[in-house]
Amino acid sequence: MSFDVPEELRYLDSHEWVSGDDGTVTVGISDFAQDELGDVVFVELPDEGTELAAGDDFGVVESIKAVSDIYAPVSGTVTAVNDALLDQPELVNEDPYGDGWLLELELADESELDDLLSADEYRDQIE
Amino acid sequence: MSLRSPPLRAVHADAGARFTDFGGWEMPVEFDSIRTEHAAVRDAVGKFDVSHMGEIAVSGPDATRLTQRLATNDVTDLDPGEAHYSAITREDGVMLDDTVVYCLPEGVDGDYLFIPNAGHDEQMAGRWRDHAAEWGLDATVDNRTTEYGLVALQGPDAPNLLADRSDIALDELGRFEIADGTVAGVDALVATTGYTGEAGYEILCPWDEVATVWDALDCQPCGLGARDTLRLEMGFLLSGQDFDPEKEPRNPFEAGIGFVVDLDTEFVGRDALEGVDVEGVDEKLVGLSLIDRGVPREGHEVTTPDGEHLGAITSGTMSPTLGDPIALAYIPTDYTEPGTKLRVVVRGEPKKARIRTTPFLDR
Repeated sequence: MSFDVPEELRYLDSHEWVSGDDGTVTVGISDFAQDELGDVVFVELPDEGTELAAGDDFGVVESIKAVSDIYAPVSGTVTAVNDALLDQPELVNEDPYGDGWLLELELADESELDDLLSADEYRDQIE
Repeated sequence: MSLRSPPLRAVHADAGARFTDFGGWEMPVEFDSIRTEHAAVRDAVGKFDVSHMGEIAVSGPDATRLTQRLATNDVTDLDPGEAHYSAITREDGVMLDDTVVYCLPEGVDGDYLFIPNAGHDEQMAGRWRDHAAEWGLDATVDNRTTEYGLVALQGPDAPNLLADRSDIALDELGRFEIADGTVAGVDALVATTGYTGEAGYEILCPWDEVATVWDALDCQPCGLGARDTLRLEMGFLLSGQDFDPEKEPRNPFEAGIGFVVDLDTEFVGRDALEGVDVEGVDEKLVGLSLIDRGVPREGHEVTTPDGEHLGAITSGTMSPTLGDPIALAYIPTDYTEPGTKLRVVVRGEPKKARIRTTPFLDR
């Protein structure tokens, strides 16, 4: 099976992705991660304004069969959360890089983006 | 310990199944998605390879007496071709396993066949043999777990699907009956039993011919993931989780299956269970659903609204059919009235919940 790993994103080996690089970034979980979890039925996210350090577990994505912590790929302040997931957690399965995004972060330190995996490096991890 | 594999391991792998260790067997947990598989069974029909379940045949002049003394239900109620649900208890009334006991149709090799849960087949065959010897009973106990494959065909469209592929007069079978004949040309025993709450069948056939039966039943393949969500919506017990002689020692009255205990028969555990029947239970298994958002899972604590400990979840999930978070838990009988508000502690957060009658789904 092959999974979608968009070139323009950066990744964490715990299967989160990050998009954007100037000030504010969007965070979600990868196509591989949503497939491993199966039918997502519940997503718990932090409130806007929460400050996260890189590596913090900031919420959970639950499928029928499993519970998975989600980790902050970079440090920053939560500026938006995807409220649509409250009623439609299945968006994480249907569109993990689009409508299934989890939250937006205002970056504390842009240089942390350099520590993340490229699409090629992440692809090597999951194949 | 190495994992035992079902006869269709390679067929399932080719179909893209994910596997899990269940009761010492490497079993398919998911083929497409649990939600898709679950819906197929509720709305149409799905098939499950449950060849990991045990099959123990009991035969001989004392087969009835032996089984009567080791299972809680009254096996003398059964005529050939009939089956019932039963429990297997130890001396103190605690359940070792639950099972379906089939009184085999005339002309089939063996008098009774019972189906212990995955990984319990050797223990239960040993239990029957040891007691036959201890009590001087003339019975042969034959563990056929790896001689029979077992396919469950479940869902409202199961009767039509199987009718075209079997020479058995299926419409003459009531619930909990068993008949012999062929399925897809393969010798088979077809029982009107299951674990989903839907109409359907459990089909026993020779281990090395199960692929023929499986392939002929062209419908949604389903894994143990959907099997679990389907049974939980019905409030059916899962051995090893909702009761277990070591980690969740419970008697049939606590587990809500007192209807399989016949105190007019003599069986191991009978005297202890008569005491329970007279005195009543302190705790029993209840259904509950969350009012707050969240998913109750095995091990989550159940408390009063004030935080007083009551018990713990034994099984929980997000019900695919209802869209509600549902669970089973043992709690003190004072709190078991349907509608009672409780809390389930999920990752440190008390979530509002209420007691529900089971089955969660009308069937």
